[in-house]
Amino acid sequence: MPFFVFVIPLRFPMPTVRFTRNIQRHVACPTREAAGTTLREVLDCYFSSNEQARGYVLDDQGRLRGHMAVFIDGRQIDDRDSLSDAVGTEAVVDVVQALSGGRR
Amino acid sequence: MKVRCHVATRKGLFTLERGDSNWSIKQASFLGDNCTLVLHDPRNGNLVAALNHGHFGIKLHRSRDGGITWNEITTPKYPEKPSDYVPKVNPMQGKPAEWSLKLVWSMAAGGGNEPGVLWCGTLPGGLFQSKDEGDSWELNRPLWDDPLREQWFGGGAEQPGIHSVCVDPRDSRHLTVGVSCGGVWTTRDGGANWQITAKGMRAEYMPPELQFEPNAQDPHMIVQCRSNPDVLWAQHHNGIFRSVDAASSWTEISNVKPAAFGFAVAVHPADPKTAWFVPATKDEKRYPLEGRVVVNRTKDGGETFETLSAGLPQIHAYDLVYRHALDIDDTGDCLMFGSTTGSLWASANGGNSWETLSSNLPPIYAVRFEKPN
Repeated sequence: MPFFVFVIPLRFPMPTVRFTRNIQRHVACPTREAAGTTLREVLDCYFSSNEQARGYVLDDQGRLRGHMAVFIDGRQIDDRDSLSDAVGTEAVVDVVQALSGGRR
Repeated sequence: MKVRCHVATRKGLFTLERGDSNWSIKQASFLGDNCTLVLHDPRNGNLVAALNHGHFGIKLHRSRDGGITWNEITTPKYPEKPSDYVPKVNPMQGKPAEWSLKLVWSMAAGGGNEPGVLWCGTLPGGLFQSKDEGDSWELNRPLWDDPLREQWFGGGAEQPGIHSVCVDPRDSRHLTVGVSCGGVWTTRDGGANWQITAKGMRAEYMPPELQFEPNAQDPHMIVQCRSNPDVLWAQHHNGIFRSVDAASSWTEISNVKPAAFGFAVAVHPADPKTAWFVPATKDEKRYPLEGRVVVNRTKDGGETFETLSAGLPQIHAYDLVYRHALDIDDTGDCLMFGSTTGSLWASANGGNSWETLSSNLPPIYAVRFEKPN
């Protein structure tokens, strides 16, 4: 009697990160999952494989740029500097432009 | 022989060429994007363009083929602010200066003996150096950490900034930088040590006893004569100043008509006594006097000025010319300047007469000729 071992791949849910369409002409930012429990961790995970995009969203001190906005499951974040807002395992993070920066 | 000039505007970068006769726009790059400054590096022909994307911040792009193709390069980054650093509140603004890149405000190529070196002045006051043509940048800490730097304040912008970087063609380690507002600073050892060198400048906007305070001066633009680098000219917030001793001291040029206010200045590359200015009514109004665009030229070191107007609009013209929007080519004959209302003029005879190249460009921030090494 042969002995079979069934390996069932496990998939741990992770937050999904989506970016404004307007950033795409500068740097490709496809929607994908990124691990983390805070916004900082999630964005660090995303940018670790897309370093150029980091500077488009965060300033040189790691803060959210003045005219960018981030929503977690539709709720605007509270902490734009430390990015400490909690992110649930199946949350959707939207990185969008604030209209305040649109005057050109 | 082709002469090329690059024009940085609110809606892109335009490259003009003059063949045997007229100037024409040959190329447009970054159309629709806010291109605030451009550098042509005479040592290798590279172009570096500074873009301000608003939402997405400041970016630099480099072209190695004269602007046909561009690649984004590293943008200067302020290092992480130390956690124990307690910034001083600037008394002029009631808050500390920022510690984060707000604008690339000046770019200069290093000397001929230091290939790859670029300098970049920024708001809020950091000077950056690259040793690899812009692939990486490092904040000059001796200047940034100078206690006087925290007293700098914004002039026209919320933050102070470095708008002029003059590299001495005789000695690449000798730099003179202009700060608005923070006077003039000089290093003779490549940036390891700095001295404030604005003695003689006068700040009309300060209380009487502080008007000659070097660190409170607002030079709008500083240029250095290529053939005699000891001579520098400054278009200051409230006047024109000249130095003949490499910025050790400055002399105010008085009785300048129609106005001593303006932003831009150019100096003849072979004649330190010849310089050009674009005057405007000072300083809260900022438009050409009586709606007439004119250029002021001195040929005798500021003793006298000619007001040049041939070919320039003389009725209902309200063009303001920003500090980087006037340039002179390496021959000293050809000048070009552009305005906030998108007008662009060129002269092939030292300013005696001017030709309108366009009246329809976007607001112009910078005009830069390509110059031989």
